[in-house]
Amino acid sequence: MNQENKLELYRMMLLIRLFEEALEEMFSRGLLHGTMHLSIGQEATATGACLALEKEDLITSTHRGHGHCLAKGADPYKMFAELLGREDGYCRGRGGSMHIADLSNGNLGANGIVAGSLTISVGAALSLQMQNTDNIVLCFFGDGAVNEGSFHEALNLASLWDLPVLFICENNQYGMSMASENAVAGGSIAQRAESYGIESISIDGNDVEEVYNTVSKFKDTIKSSKKPMFIESVTYRYRGHSKSDRNLYRSSDEINFWKDEKDPLKRFIGKLTEEKIEVETLKKIETEVKELIKNSVKKALESPESPKTNLEEDSYA
Amino acid sequence: MPEMTTGQAIKEALSLCLDSNETTFMAGEDIGVYGGAFGVTDGLLEKYGEERIKDTPISEDVIAGLAVGAAITGSKPIVEMQFSDFIVNAMDPIVNQAAKLHFMYGGAVNVPMIVRGASGAGTGAAAQHSQSLESWFCHVPGLKVVTPSNPQNAYDLLLASFVDLNPIIFMEHKLIYKLKSDVNLGPMPNDSSALGKSKVVKEGSDITIASYSNMVNTVINATKDESLGDYSIEIIDLLTLSPLDSEKIIESVEKTKKLLVCQEAPASSSIGSTLISEVVSSRAFRVLTQAPEILAGLHSPMPSAKHLETTVIPQEEDIVKKIKEMMSYE
Repeated sequence: MNQENKLELYRMMLLIRLFEEALEEMFSRGLLHGTMHLSIGQEATATGACLALEKEDLITSTHRGHGHCLAKGADPYKMFAELLGREDGYCRGRGGSMHIADLSNGNLGANGIVAGSLTISVGAALSLQMQNTDNIVLCFFGDGAVNEGSFHEALNLASLWDLPVLFICENNQYGMSMASENAVAGGSIAQRAESYGIESISIDGNDVEEVYNTVSKFKDTIKSSKKPMFIESVTYRYRGHSKSDRNLYRSSDEINFWKDEKDPLKRFIGKLTEEKIEVETLKKIETEVKELIKNSVKKALESPESPKTNLEEDSYA
Repeated sequence: MPEMTTGQAIKEALSLCLDSNETTFMAGEDIGVYGGAFGVTDGLLEKYGEERIKDTPISEDVIAGLAVGAAITGSKPIVEMQFSDFIVNAMDPIVNQAAKLHFMYGGAVNVPMIVRGASGAGTGAAAQHSQSLESWFCHVPGLKVVTPSNPQNAYDLLLASFVDLNPIIFMEHKLIYKLKSDVNLGPMPNDSSALGKSKVVKEGSDITIASYSNMVNTVINATKDESLGDYSIEIIDLLTLSPLDSEKIIESVEKTKKLLVCQEAPASSSIGSTLISEVVSSRAFRVLTQAPEILAGLHSPMPSAKHLETTVIPQEEDIVKKIKEMMSYE
């Protein structure tokens, strides 16, 4: 990986972090209607995975999908506009935080149903197979999804039909309040994929280079083997599940350990500094990203609200 | 015009769909070599190959979900629920995904897919293989629900569903599969305007009977009963349940002043109850000479034994009796 790629990984992780911190700030000022699911702490997985893909590769995303969306190329302005219910938003204010789709960049959409996108990714991969393309579908889901029936039906069919799906489980260790260790019989998420004949690996999901390298390698393998593959990317969310979460199910020591010792941004900055990338270069990127966020928020706040069109008609194509 | 069964007419329509669009595929349980549990897809595997006629494991959730994923990425899937009762295992992809993605993503995607399912009772298949669940789907914005009653309208409506851009729930009553009639095998329509339209199958001026699916056939047969004498009975086949063409029923009731709805499904939260509510809250209310009535399946699971099954489902004699009762009241 050259320096330019590394700086791009840094820039994207920072963009996701600052995007979501800006959302938090807007939420506390009462500017946002509804709840949201923040991925602060998990930026390395979204970044490493999406930046390893081609634009024509597809992704399916989750309720905690801001990072996936940005990393797949979405415009922060149009995302802010969506969360603010503006006409310029990706879904014209009909989807909000949990349902942003950005077809032009291959993002088939975030999904509010746990494991809801797994079977959709299988269908999208079938389209790619029928169209004889070389592209893949990367399907994001959380550790909570692996206990849903559709997870098993989707993996089984993808394996039987040799569909080009890269399943990537972002194991942030909690399904809302339920610890993954209390929810996954047999202990290993990655092993479940093996039982469907799908090659799998468990990686450090807070190491952006490890995620990037693994997804790159798996993507190439899928392109030649035409078989699905599976990554368990172990990470941690700092914020609550949603805005109602009081964090009663975990200790502040645990949260602080991940923030202090395992933070994906902090670790990567440390690594880049060790590799003699100048602090000035990183500062310059930080300033640019902050400026982008600031301008995007301002523009979104000034943009027109989504008009009250005939919503019943909008329900149908 | 060739004479054929509804099952054959549906197969002809499916063939035309597969011929007209190379992104079309079918997926479902035992639709390949077996030819489908009711023989509808018999021969399609030989004609189109396993790339397009895809036998699946018994996995209704992923059958419906893969249709959604394929539909939003340029394919045109037609998937089958072997018995429509099994659709309950596929509710998330249908209700939370297929029905909502177009709206939820601000119109950025369409979800053009068809879910076919064999519905209804009368075959002694008992409680888990005999239901008429169509009204569940009418409650969900974003879905269209189609219920043919004979070979010709099954052929026409399947083609109209195919050219529509929305997810379609296409419920085929098991008892219509073997009904036979001449079928005009017309070309692929240019648009889906045939959906959302009910049809007057027999004109009359004394009473309106609205029905759908196989119950339409029961109503038609019942009204041939000689004991009904000269009663002039108008029969309307709803054909599409969502969107529901209640305007045609309202117009008919303005003329006949009486409404009876006949359906196999239980009455509670059903098509019949919706239709009656729409009629009584319309301009037709003022001309009604009596309360509209609904003759529906009993509110019980479907029993297996023939004599009990016919107790649950309205029979011809029940319809004759109800018509006489309603006509005696002026």
